[in-house]
Amino acid sequence: MSAYIPILLFILVAVSFPIITILIAKLVQAGRHDPVKAEPYECGIKPTSEAHDTRFSVRYYLIAVLFVVFDVETVFLYPWAVMFRKLALFGFIEMFVFLAILVVGYVYAWRRGALSWV
Amino acid sequence: MWAELAVTTAKVVVVALAMVTTVPIMVWVERRGAAFIQDRLGPNRVGPLGLFQPVIDVVKLIFKEDVTPAAANKGLYYLAPLISLGVAMVTFIVIPFGAGHDVSLFGVPLRGLIVAPDLNVGVLYLLAIGSLSVYGIVLAGWSSNNKYSLLGGLRSSAQLISYELAMTLAVLGVLMATGSLHLSDVVARQSGAVWHWNAVTQVIGFAVFLVAAFAETNRLPFDLAEAETELVAGYHVEYSSMKFACFFMAEYLNMATASALTVTLFFGGGTLPGVTLTGWLGLFVSTAVFVAKMCFFLWLFVWVRWSLPRFRYDQLMQLGWKGLLPLATLNLVWVGIAMTMGWLR
Repeated sequence: MSAYIPILLFILVAVSFPIITILIAKLVQAGRHDPVKAEPYECGIKPTSEAHDTRFSVRYYLIAVLFVVFDVETVFLYPWAVMFRKLALFGFIEMFVFLAILVVGYVYAWRRGALSWV
Repeated sequence: MWAELAVTTAKVVVVALAMVTTVPIMVWVERRGAAFIQDRLGPNRVGPLGLFQPVIDVVKLIFKEDVTPAAANKGLYYLAPLISLGVAMVTFIVIPFGAGHDVSLFGVPLRGLIVAPDLNVGVLYLLAIGSLSVYGIVLAGWSSNNKYSLLGGLRSSAQLISYELAMTLAVLGVLMATGSLHLSDVVARQSGAVWHWNAVTQVIGFAVFLVAAFAETNRLPFDLAEAETELVAGYHVEYSSMKFACFFMAEYLNMATASALTVTLFFGGGTLPGVTLTGWLGLFVSTAVFVAKMCFFLWLFVWVRWSLPRFRYDQLMQLGWKGLLPLATLNLVWVGIAMTMGWLR
């Protein structure tokens, strides 16, 4: 557990630094509030719709799903990579079978157009 | 126990101060570098060669009014800059800045200029914490309730997760060669000669990592999140004063992390081929070598920014998914074959 004490110390520093600077700025800065200032930054005319109602491209969801698939794959590869020297030829061949199966999925996603953004 | 805590605190202070001073220097280097590349003067009025310009800019930002949009989701709006800057700072602690395994401070062995020398999951920690930075961006983009921020945040998060894949796969090759997750071991394995550096043995992996690092730090040619011609400033349109400064500092700290990581993983960290020094001299020299290597990559970030035009978003995604991902896998195959055949140590 003692290995994590420096991390806790550093997280303390890293969290308090932005909070302290923002608080100091709060003490000294000018504050002349105005409802017009608090409007969303747009062309100047009162916005007719909220950003939270905006719909966006379905491709973003697709990218997220693909990311989860391939990221889990990389997570599986990590312990193998660290033990690569000990596993030697057996581990090498076995992981290549795993990779080959994944490449099939990758090629499928590519052919279905999931990887192209238009 | 207390002596150990004192040593750790000393390291934390040294690294934190180094980070805080890196940011204004980098801002100055970037502005002067831009001026140099574009054949103009750049900031040269405040202090010698304009060195105090970033300091004055910070003072200005502190005195600026902090406007919170009425439609924003307040809690997340305040949380986003904290996450961005906090995460950017926390990634630094597993990077071994210098050697010094035979030096002790207050009777406690120093074990190198690294804040957390006992953490044996260094690379995993880096990747895990590093991927948290996407939360800062996506929360900033969504909570501002502004159309520009929302689009910027979405683009940026899609970009970050796409390039994170290529990056983690490129790091995998280094781990295969090292057989340990500890960054000190990664450095130790590359010592001795230039051809032991992972940048030489795994050229493809290094290229993929470098390109992904540019994308992960949201720098040109991949700064689609803040493409000012389309999205004004992207996810931080609605932020002002010190909250904006948090994002700004986070960007520069991320650059420093990416450079430090490139040096550690691919360029032998603080080791200088053919030179072995011990004691305090070794500590100082290796730290200086590390910083010098890091400065080169920091300059590369500036150099590339003012040399290349911005990608189109579909080109960006294509490069990530259809270019870098297969290349990173190819690097894995190469390392696997080369190690099994005994071509690599």
